[in-house]
Amino acid sequence: MAAGVLQLQRQLTDYTASLFSEGFLDDQFNQLQQLQDESNPDFVVEVVYVFFEDSERLLNELAKTLDQQSIDFRKVDAHVHQLKGSSSSIGAQRVQRVCIPFRNNCEEQNIEGCLRCLQQVKQEYTLVKNKLETLFKLEQQLLAAQRSMSTI
Amino acid sequence: MARNGFVSRWRRSSERVNAAVACDVSPPHVSDEVHVLAVDDSFVDRKVIERLLRISSCKVTAVDSGRRALQFLGLDDEKSSPVDFHESSTFKEIPVVIMSSENVLARIDRCLEEGAEDFIVKPVKLADVKRIKDFMTTRVYRFGNEEEEESGGMMMMNKRKLQDSLDLSSSSSPPQSISPSSSSLSSSPSSSLSSPSSPTPSSSGSTLPSSSLSAPSSPISLDSPIRRLKTTITD
Repeated sequence: MAAGVLQLQRQLTDYTASLFSEGFLDDQFNQLQQLQDESNPDFVVEVVYVFFEDSERLLNELAKTLDQQSIDFRKVDAHVHQLKGSSSSIGAQRVQRVCIPFRNNCEEQNIEGCLRCLQQVKQEYTLVKNKLETLFKLEQQLLAAQRSMSTI
Repeated sequence: MARNGFVSRWRRSSERVNAAVACDVSPPHVSDEVHVLAVDDSFVDRKVIERLLRISSCKVTAVDSGRRALQFLGLDDEKSSPVDFHESSTFKEIPVVIMSSENVLARIDRCLEEGAEDFIVKPVKLADVKRIKDFMTTRVYRFGNEEEEESGGMMMMNKRKLQDSLDLSSSSSPPQSISPSSSSLSSSPSSSLSSPSSPTPSSSGSTLPSSSLSAPSSPISLDSPIRRLKTTITD
């Protein structure tokens, strides 16, 4: 029904807007949307899923590295830098921002600080992952509704 | 020439270089399409830059390390000496563009002094690629006019590892004020601008043909460090 499509569209718009206003996403996410078109209709989803895999790998590495008897802070810093970079590239602003004090803690070789930051970055990552998955689901729902409309 | 020096240092430190984009520009009568070799150790960034370049009508090959970039370019042969590399007119002409998430003026200027043609602050946006592409297009004309068979190119290097190898951490440029209108590098996630460095007439600036900067169809955006330097030089 047309009403259903409109409602879904409204839901999607509102949800997206909230992700920006709450700082989960920044303008770089818009940049990615611009790169999506008929020839590459799944670009954003693809990149975001690469980001998920990459981040999970990095978070595991971080946990491992910080669990060592003798912590290699340069290694920790390198991982955080990578995480900062990739989150920045997709517009995951809150994840990126938590990486900044994390790097400072690495520089100061502050173990407690690093462990705290690791928790924070895990938290932010989980949040943005959930948000993005919800966003994609809404998009799928809207697409399905639009398709079913056109077949009526 | 600074660019050769830069390139030779790049070659020696290829192990530590992990991101670059080299662009082979074919003579216009053969093909208008630009072939870019994208190098970045981040899978996410590779995917993004690949798409950015493809959508800008560039052919793209993406690799994950400096070593693989050299392999692709056929330069990883241990037997070939740095001299061969220097004297190859093809590689000598490849302009280098640095990409980095770091936004420190002194370091940016140092990169430019070392021979980089431009500097893109990550995250890379469509506007950044468009700017670079306009620059590349101009160079095609230049090579076409000189009837060179060799193609020119461009490299965009992730500065993080390159910085380690070039030891860019020490800024040797004295502070000098830059006109406010051109001092901003917008859209940078962490604006940690250090004191502005002097706008030296860098070698990279002097090697750029003036036509590439005054191409009417593509005004260089204020985001470009090249523009910022040039503005202060010509003012």
